[in-house]
Amino acid sequence: MSIAALCSDRVLLNDWHVIADLTNLSAHEPFQTRLLGVDLTVYCRGRYNKEVLRNDTGALVNATKRYGFLWACLGKPERDIVFVPEAEEEDRYLLTGGSIAVKVSGLRTVENFLDMGHFPFVHTGWLGEEPHTEVAPYKVELTAADELVATECKFYQPVASPTAKEGFVVDYIYKVIRPYTVALYKSNPVQKERLDVITLFVQPVDEENCVAHPFLCYLKDGSDEAGIRNFMQLIFAQDKPILENQLPKRLPLDPRAETPIRADAVAVLYRRWLRDKSVTYGAIPARM
Amino acid sequence: MLDLAKSRWHPIAAAHDLPLRHVFHGQLLGREFAVWRADDGYVNIWENRCLHRGVRLSIGINDGRELKCQYHGWRYSNRTAGCTYIPAHPADAPARTITNRTFAAVERYGLVWSAEEPQGEVPEVSGFAEGKLLALRAIPVNAPADVVAAQLTGYRFQPSGNIDGSAAKVAVEASNAFSVALRSSEGDASTLAVLFVQPVDSNRSVIRGVLDSEVEGAARLAVLRHHNELLSRLRVAVEAEAAREPAPAPLEPIIERVSPELAEMPEETTHGRKATIRVQVTRKWSAADGIAGFELRPLKGLLPTFQPGAHIDVHLPNGLIRQYSITNGPGESDSYVIGVKLERDSKGGSTCLHETVREGDVLAISEPRNNFPLRRDAIQTLFIAGGIGITPLLAMAQALNNQSLGHELHYFAQNQAQLAFPEKTKTLGASLKPHLGLSPDQTGAKLREILSGYGPDKHVYLCGPGPMLEAARAIAAEMGWPETAVHFEYFKNTNVIDDSTSFEVALARSCMTLTVPAGKTILEVMRDAGIDMPSSCEQGACGTCLATVIEGEPDHQDVYLNDAERKSGTKIMTCVSRAKSARLVLDL
Ligand code: FES
Ligand SMILES: [Fe+2]
Repeated sequence: MSIAALCSDRVLLNDWHVIADLTNLSAHEPFQTRLLGVDLTVYCRGRYNKEVLRNDTGALVNATKRYGFLWACLGKPERDIVFVPEAEEEDRYLLTGGSIAVKVSGLRTVENFLDMGHFPFVHTGWLGEEPHTEVAPYKVELTAADELVATECKFYQPVASPTAKEGFVVDYIYKVIRPYTVALYKSNPVQKERLDVITLFVQPVDEENCVAHPFLCYLKDGSDEAGIRNFMQLIFAQDKPILENQLPKRLPLDPRAETPIRADAVAVLYRRWLRDKSVTYGAIPARM
Repeated sequence: MLDLAKSRWHPIAAAHDLPLRHVFHGQLLGREFAVWRADDGYVNIWENRCLHRGVRLSIGINDGRELKCQYHGWRYSNRTAGCTYIPAHPADAPARTITNRTFAAVERYGLVWSAEEPQGEVPEVSGFAEGKLLALRAIPVNAPADVVAAQLTGYRFQPSGNIDGSAAKVAVEASNAFSVALRSSEGDASTLAVLFVQPVDSNRSVIRGVLDSEVEGAARLAVLRHHNELLSRLRVAVEAEAAREPAPAPLEPIIERVSPELAEMPEETTHGRKATIRVQVTRKWSAADGIAGFELRPLKGLLPTFQPGAHIDVHLPNGLIRQYSITNGPGESDSYVIGVKLERDSKGGSTCLHETVREGDVLAISEPRNNFPLRRDAIQTLFIAGGIGITPLLAMAQALNNQSLGHELHYFAQNQAQLAFPEKTKTLGASLKPHLGLSPDQTGAKLREILSGYGPDKHVYLCGPGPMLEAARAIAAEMGWPETAVHFEYFKNTNVIDDSTSFEVALARSCMTLTVPAGKTILEVMRDAGIDMPSSCEQGACGTCLATVIEGEPDHQDVYLNDAERKSGTKIMTCVSRAKSARLVLDL
């Protein structure tokens, strides 16, 4: 198959996707990117106006700005950009965490974001540490809003966040909001009853390439912006080489393609959910 | 063409591409391989893909005995490629059938050979004396293998004995789609070069040349350089030629699907007491005073993957069936080693093995089963062995030792001569703590000392004679060890079994109700009704015939379950335990 296969999944074509971090756009140079196999050019008209054009047809693409990102929709937007309530709270930093290009399907990147089992091996000394490798049972459910939510996730972490001084068992909540959008809520090390939120907007560049755009809503209390961003980049830099060594690059939806274990309950449901939504872009559909 | 290529052996690496603890990335006909040599010399060629989430195993870690995946730390055994440990679920024994795909491996002419569906043998080259050859540097070429092989017939080089000359005559001695044999002669000097072409993918190849004689010192470098230059030049020409044709589409090797059970992460496969494997006793020796060691090798194929704590059923020539723990360390997958103690009150099992079974005899054994799995997420693990109880714990201690995880092996015995498998325990170094000649009281005091200072992330594993286990469990409980941290295995069930009751058993999933009369076990009645249920010791010690109770009150008579499990009333050993209520509903 050709890498730049075009997308025919309506849910994706008619949805908004991040295509750039606004801080990465220069006022002088047009910015090249690709979304769902379509090459795009971003032009800056004046200080605030951005125009996004398709390279193949020259047509103007729907574009808007939110949360520090530039968003595009190739089709007719059917719903609004994902709403992040924590972004309204005064005592949080709202940060973009640097856009990381990964040579793998964005669906694989989402699945990795949902995975605790790899912490001790990939984020050794930060998000996990051998021999604390157990993934305790957690709950997963499909909500009325058609989102996948995993609750009661717990994992022992030596340095769970930029401000953590010692290891502790961290509580997580995961939420898959859209096929290429996933969020993580974890207990803040200072105000333990409140949650820091990372929403990961994954740009499906094509079926086998993506750019991960993390959006961080962290409590200001006891943390600093540079520290948060560095931490995020460190963690992603550790994931990238592993993700780029996954075979095949697209996410297989056939349950017999790979071997899930109980710890993967949320991933199993995610794959099923994609199948039910007929999302095929970035996936290998299950054989019937 | 592709079918032919698949049935042939091809070189996929040079022997020197597999140095100690390295994992080499190989490729043949579009299929990627993870290639690694274990410390025992065995060359493993595996599908380059972890069965869990597809991560390349060529970026994994070769610890000399097992290959560990980088993503979630799954471990795969030398030889069998069976998964031995899943860190996310430290308390479970992974299903034995999680086994990666392996490919044939042969080392010949300084090269490592493999084939997708091998027919016949690695090509025989007359005039090639093993060990006296010189393997050239591999030259990758972006062209199909047959195009490369055709061009190679025109390869011109100097014989190694006259490398600076320029008048060599080169004759083609043989050629086919994947290799060319050329002899170069000038004066007295003559060299046979065989150039094998490895079909990496439809449009990619590697030339792996071998010369018929070893060259030493500075001359060696000159010879290697000579061929390197000439072959590199040839490469440029071949690539230019190949570029004139449109490149063929890359091959898409089929990655096998995992079995339907694995897709659901099931329980271990169920079967009765089946002895599916024939093994030969290749060594029998005195492993200690009163303990015989047996090394069992498969008559054909490979032995199944085992995990520390696993046991096998041995079917004896006299018809008896006995369970023995596998003592092997990780990756020691060419044979199973068991230890058998001569029991004074033997009912014929241990006597038969000690007196009748000899080296060369063939025995039937079951697949290994692990009802005594080892967690590897503890900060400190204590092993407490009494006498022959050393066997499962020995396998466990070697596994932790291999991963440098903290542990102590306390080994109680009458005297030095009774300490079994000294060659294995020696490798444990200071973590082995023998306690010799202690009276029951002294043993109690020692256990108290060992078990003092419980802390979170500590686990203890016990195996030994009944009274010692009882004492150790009681002391552990007294010292604050929670039951979840105390793991034990009894050799046998010494409880007097009361089978006088009669009751009903309903099997929820099979929709069947059976009556268990006095004198028969639940297991027997189920088997009579055609229900296939695994079992091993059939005396309530090994844990194989465990069933889940949905309703009713079990009458526990086994020694496998711990007190909490008994009280919960949700589990039952069907080979000995019965019902206190008139009816039991089992999840079967
Ligand atoms: S992908 Fe190999 S352990 Fe998970
Ligand atoms: Fe990660």
